[in-house]
Amino acid sequence: MTSTIAPRAAAGTRPLTQGVAERVRNVMSMTRRNLVHISREPMQLSDVTIQPVLFTVLFIFLFGGAIPIPGGGSYTDFILAGLLSLNLTTSTMGTAVGLATDLHEGMIDRFRTLPMWRPAVLVGRSFADLLTACLCALVVAVTGLAVGWRTSAGLLPIIAGFALVLFFAYSLSWVAACVGLNSKSPESAASFGFIVLFPLAFVSNALVPTQHMPGWLQAIADWSPVSAVTAAARQLWQNPNPSASISAWPMQHPIEASLAWSVLILAVAAPLAARYFRRRTTE
Amino acid sequence: MSPPAIAVSGLTKSFGRTRVLNGIGFTAAEGTVLALLGPNGAGKTTAVRILGTLLRPDAGHAEILGYDVVREPQQVRSLIGLTGQYAAVDDMLSGRENLSMIGRLLGQHAQAARRRADDLLSAFDLAGSAGQTVKAYSGGMRRRLDLAASLVTQPPVLFLDEPTTGLDPVSRQRVWEVIRELIGSGVTLLLTTQYLDEADALADRIVVVNHGQVIADGTPRELKERSRSAHVEVTLAEPGPEAAEVIAPLVGGQVSVSADGLRLGAAVDNAPGLATAVVRALDQAGILTDTIEVRQPSLDDVFFALTGAAERESEGAAA
Repeated sequence: MTSTIAPRAAAGTRPLTQGVAERVRNVMSMTRRNLVHISREPMQLSDVTIQPVLFTVLFIFLFGGAIPIPGGGSYTDFILAGLLSLNLTTSTMGTAVGLATDLHEGMIDRFRTLPMWRPAVLVGRSFADLLTACLCALVVAVTGLAVGWRTSAGLLPIIAGFALVLFFAYSLSWVAACVGLNSKSPESAASFGFIVLFPLAFVSNALVPTQHMPGWLQAIADWSPVSAVTAAARQLWQNPNPSASISAWPMQHPIEASLAWSVLILAVAAPLAARYFRRRTTE
Repeated sequence: MSPPAIAVSGLTKSFGRTRVLNGIGFTAAEGTVLALLGPNGAGKTTAVRILGTLLRPDAGHAEILGYDVVREPQQVRSLIGLTGQYAAVDDMLSGRENLSMIGRLLGQHAQAARRRADDLLSAFDLAGSAGQTVKAYSGGMRRRLDLAASLVTQPPVLFLDEPTTGLDPVSRQRVWEVIRELIGSGVTLLLTTQYLDEADALADRIVVVNHGQVIADGTPRELKERSRSAHVEVTLAEPGPEAAEVIAPLVGGQVSVSADGLRLGAAVDNAPGLATAVVRALDQAGILTDTIEVRQPSLDDVFFALTGAAERESEGAAA
């Protein structure tokens, strides 16, 4: 026992700055931790597996016949990109709840007393959440194909469409991280989903063409990042994209607009999350 | 001369308008065990969190083996292990996964981390539950796993914040055993506790803290000697009404007499040879003594004496 628990010589401190390889390893360890969590409690994944199936089926069969698409085309082909945006946007709530839980349970304190690269806690979580977002995208695509979604685009544009929405979800997960780090409890972090994410996803062209909205609401929707991302995916997939006839700049240049939104959100939210992390944990 | 393992001076910390630490200071030499003893809210945990680089002090200095906790936190982190009041282990991971994750985070290779995890698990009597998720662990097992987690790096300085609070007596004994083995290993240990017997049993040196200030500092023995609260109890062979008067000058205070007049008791200064003096005086007065007991002060007596005195002082200052 003594040899197991005996201290090192005090002089043997570890190197104090971590090289890139070490940082990457730290991030991988943290990512793995979050993935193991999911494997232990698969119900955590319901919002990226069951919910997308439910939403896809509900929207297509409930609203499919009732919503005309300006410019024509099937509602099923129209809605799929929107369902992808909706599901990925709302699933970022998981990041907020997960971080709030870690803070609450003292696990973050353990990491913070280790001579590790601290941002790995946040980056690792964001990577794990990106992987679950990829699973979510797959579920949406398969469900869509099963109920009749079709695209005539080539493989590359199809992948590019998914990548744009996933990139947006990734940047949004850093906003969720900011919320989680400022939450008093996991429960209050969860309310972020209903107060911010659902309105954000719904006030957009994701589920209905914005042409039918009142003028002020349409202006908001046309400039929403969710609209840009959704329109970009529709354009890439050659699915019906009624927003193409709207003159607002993001609707005319949805790919550029969605990239710009994602980069902007990431550039603001990631450093902010790092700051909140430091502040929340050393105040 | 090498710096002390732990050196703290003039540490203050407020949360909002509540001043939790009020100029606390203490040192611990390498390889010794220091206990911070105090009631809830005395500031013990805050002090440990500052030493563990989890909090910044408002003022004052704290160094671990010569490294400043504020200016050189990363060096400090490579020298310390911290086990908090609420076990910081991952519920969803198994015991082995918890420990090997920490090893991995510190740059160990997968196999080495796993080997070290298994070594620690058997050292802490957890080998049988290595693969179970921590959720299924008992309170004592969680505490031991948490302790093991802070030892993955083999840190030369270890902080244990109330390691046995909330444990049943058996688990408490088991944690004590583990701590005793640690003490033998040469690690410098800072232990916070509200239990006097714990400080008495484990520490080389006790710092008594109240309201964010040090109110006493010394070895358990020194603290007991400082308190003049020994107790003498005499049982007489037959009731002797004059016995109380005989011993009163020796004990310098009130002597209580039991209803049957057989037992006398008095709080006394902790003087050497007191028992002999009492028996001799009674003998000279023709009183026969059956038993005499001089009870040394417990740390409880010391603690209440000290905190009571501090309370009176602060009230006096406020008045």
